[in-house]
Amino acid sequence: MCWSLRFCWAFLAVYGADYIMNPNNRNGLSRLFYNPTARSLFFQALILGLLLYFVMTIVGNVMTNLNQRGISTGFGFLSQPAGFGISQTLIEYNETFTFGRTFFVGLLNTLLVSFLGVIAATFLGVVVGISRISPNWLLRKISMVYVEILRNIPLLLQIFFWYYVVLQTLPRPRDSLSFGESIFINIRGVFVPKPVPDAGFSFYIALLVAAVVAVVALTIWAKRRMRDTGQQFPVFWTSIAILFGTAVIGFFITGRPIMLDYPELRGLNFRGGITILPELIALWFALTIYTSTYIGEIVRSGIESVSHGQTEACRALGLNEGHRMKLVILPQAMRVMIPPMTSQYLNLTKNSSLATAIGYPDLVSVFAGTTLNQTGQAIEIISMTMLVYLTISLLVSAFMNWFNRRVALVER
Amino acid sequence: MSEFVPKPARPAPITEIGAIGWARKNLFSSIPNTVITLLTAYVLWSVLVPFLGWAFVNADWVGSSRADCTSGGACWVFISVRFNLFMYGFYPEDSYWRPNLAFILLIGFLIWLSIPRIPFKKLGAILALTVYPVLAYVLLYGGFGLEVIPTHRWGGLMLTLVLALIGIVVAIPIGVVLALGRRSEMPVIRMVCVIFIEFWRGVPLITILFMASVMLPLFFVGGTDADKLMRALIGIVMFQSAYMAEVVRGGLQALSKGQFEGADALGLSYWQKMFLVVLPQAMKIMIPGIVNTLISLFKDTSLIVIIGLLDILGMVRQALADPAWLGYPAEGYLFVAFMFWIFCFSMSRYSIYLENKLNTGHKR
Amino acid sequence: MTQETGNIITLKNVNKWYGEFHVLKDINLDVKMGEKIVICGPSGSGKSTMIRCINHLEEHQEGDIIVDGVILNNDLKNIGQIRKEVGMVFQHFNLFPHLTVLQNCTLAPIWVKKMPQKEAEKIAMKFLERVKIPDQANKFPGQLSGGQQQRVAIARSLCMNPRVMLFDEPTSALDPEMIKEVLDVMVELAGEGMTMLCVTHEMGFAKKVADRVIFMDAGQIIEENDPESFFNNPQSERTKLFLSQVLGH
Repeated sequence: MCWSLRFCWAFLAVYGADYIMNPNNRNGLSRLFYNPTARSLFFQALILGLLLYFVMTIVGNVMTNLNQRGISTGFGFLSQPAGFGISQTLIEYNETFTFGRTFFVGLLNTLLVSFLGVIAATFLGVVVGISRISPNWLLRKISMVYVEILRNIPLLLQIFFWYYVVLQTLPRPRDSLSFGESIFINIRGVFVPKPVPDAGFSFYIALLVAAVVAVVALTIWAKRRMRDTGQQFPVFWTSIAILFGTAVIGFFITGRPIMLDYPELRGLNFRGGITILPELIALWFALTIYTSTYIGEIVRSGIESVSHGQTEACRALGLNEGHRMKLVILPQAMRVMIPPMTSQYLNLTKNSSLATAIGYPDLVSVFAGTTLNQTGQAIEIISMTMLVYLTISLLVSAFMNWFNRRVALVER
Repeated sequence: MSEFVPKPARPAPITEIGAIGWARKNLFSSIPNTVITLLTAYVLWSVLVPFLGWAFVNADWVGSSRADCTSGGACWVFISVRFNLFMYGFYPEDSYWRPNLAFILLIGFLIWLSIPRIPFKKLGAILALTVYPVLAYVLLYGGFGLEVIPTHRWGGLMLTLVLALIGIVVAIPIGVVLALGRRSEMPVIRMVCVIFIEFWRGVPLITILFMASVMLPLFFVGGTDADKLMRALIGIVMFQSAYMAEVVRGGLQALSKGQFEGADALGLSYWQKMFLVVLPQAMKIMIPGIVNTLISLFKDTSLIVIIGLLDILGMVRQALADPAWLGYPAEGYLFVAFMFWIFCFSMSRYSIYLENKLNTGHKR
Repeated sequence: MTQETGNIITLKNVNKWYGEFHVLKDINLDVKMGEKIVICGPSGSGKSTMIRCINHLEEHQEGDIIVDGVILNNDLKNIGQIRKEVGMVFQHFNLFPHLTVLQNCTLAPIWVKKMPQKEAEKIAMKFLERVKIPDQANKFPGQLSGGQQQRVAIARSLCMNPRVMLFDEPTSALDPEMIKEVLDVMVELAGEGMTMLCVTHEMGFAKKVADRVIFMDAGQIIEENDPESFFNNPQSERTKLFLSQVLGH
């Protein structure tokens, strides 16, 4: 119904336009029709009118239907108690909290898995992309097979595979795989110690901040010195040493300010520590691997897009491999890579909604699933859910427009 | 002055040619390269050998129940016993010839249209877009003397194909209209098209399917019993036409401004310009994009499982839940993965082939 | 509508801006039936813009353009009328690559003039013979050389039986030996009495066929004169400088 109407408008526009444009159909009114301003105003008014009529009809129908079924409307339900539990909550939540709270719990879970996915997929994708153009034949072929297989299998199927096939082979809690009696892996998930701040924690944080400041200062100093004297300084390795050293030495100096809450087997399951749900792991793995195939191709074509002449020019100038990548190839490749990368990140975020298929409590699963079933207020809930994704999309495309403009400016 | 005598060509040193030269260049050119080769080969070996053993060497292929799966490898009996269900869903068995015939006709048309050497392409395209859909509808659904088979009995791979094909065929014209609207000089029309396109592109398909299954029935007076498949299809078409609009827009942008001006200077009207000059050229550029959209649509159809339709993935999941066959998820999911992969991979190869052909065609 | 002696194109105080940039400044020009005008000037002087305004590929903001008695405003009927009367040849040919040479030539007669296909093809072949490539009729533009493509483009315009032909740097995208074959066609066309406005740097062509040469710079017509006076006795310093650079080597 909805799209057949849309078709009607399209046909109207096509034939209407040709009829009016055809000089054989002249009559008294034609003067006005030949004026493009009048014509375009007429069409726009027509389209707007039809659209308005269409929307009004739908709103009317919805109201009638809701009344008939006795479903309430409005956003009052958001302040009612939810009465159901959620398996993973990043903010405080239990059954007595409101439906409104479930929205934020779900949203945060979506953001968590998207964030983890983006990080891991970027890392894996870069590895795959670089392998695709490696001088090593075996590596090149294997990464090609990896991409060609995993990109052509639906993501949902991959999620199911990780969840129902791979993770189901893990042992029961009683026979957990254990790493140093602090990390446990079993069919219920991964259990890791939870860091709890202790006395001296703020001092430790201050020390870490100081280390970061020192690294920044070092970078600036090294840059200045290189500009003035031409001498280079191994900033990268020094920075790593400073950060890592401060973190370790500072930890003992400040008197071990972080306590670890270890998971313990009590009865049938582990208590304490942090539980990483198997649903999260399956979703994270699947999202990461699926997206990494796309990112790999983006990285590959980005690097290949920089012409071979650039490489040869660098060699002729005597730049070494590292400098060639860092100073010439990557800056050019990045410009090509970043827009499609961003849209892959966006896809990953949208794809994380497949969580609902295995019950990871993301926005769609919790809010558009359980909350919708409990309240029946489909219109409000689906709209809110869609609005969240739309907002993320619009923010990302705003960023992309900004980026493209900046790059375009650099080019001139 | 002595006469110039060219030196006879000598064969290349052994390190440059033949198997040894090849291996030296591609596998062991440096120490890190050698390490990578050995490491990769080890990983490959330790993954591939057990997998091949499980999937082929130790697998059970024939039988009728799980009792025939004794060898410890993969139990492909699970697939072969239920193969028809996975292909046709609950479509009545004595009518299998109908989807089969529709599928064979489809393949025939595809061969006709996709292999450049076969003539009468235009006729083929017109038949494929007009006669074939009607024929396929009658074959699958019924009417004209054929028994009517309601859509809730459709399922399996057949449903996957139906959804993907209808989705793409309906989405193309809508996408063209939207893309033209997006370039329109009338602000209201441009706005309407931009909002439409960005809305559907901005939300995940799963929310659209939820919308189609729970919100759509509320939009019509008394129309709440609208076919479930129809509702899913509406959602998929909306989603797909927005993506298609972007493919079309890309095709339009690839045309040089001179083409528009040439048509203008000859006095063609807007629609003449579009249909005679712009779209025929843009379509050619767009075909790889359309095939890529078809690939992602084909993969996305699997999402209808979540709103309870039984495509091939849905049928397999239902079979996995059968108490008589518990414990074979690997076989089930691998089978579905293989089916999807065959379709998607061959389509992606075709699209790459087209792109290469297009590129060389442009250079000339 | 127009007497054979009258002006077929009149530009009166035409002004045009691209955003802030003033491209055409108070252009006045009368073109008589059968007149051949060559327009030259440095790049960016507005010469292409001027002739593109005549068939409304660009819109002018002030002043009047009258073509064959039809005033060019944004009335779609008038635009359609004028485009039927005015043929245009582009620098980059703008042939439709998906159509054969013959189809390129018959497209507009069939769809704009509603001519039967047979007749349109007959006319097209006549003009293809005039530009000396009837044997290429069933090839695609991509299979032809640049010079051949440009001659097809000329034939395509002629098929609409225009009263005026506009040429927008028709030879500047061509190799030297191809320039001649295109210019020959244009000289022949001029000999048949076609009204022509030609933006070009081919000064030999200007000397040979032009009734008038117009020199433009910075959006203005600086000088217009018959070719002999224009080349031998330029009035302004700017024209002298330009001619010395163009003819200098």
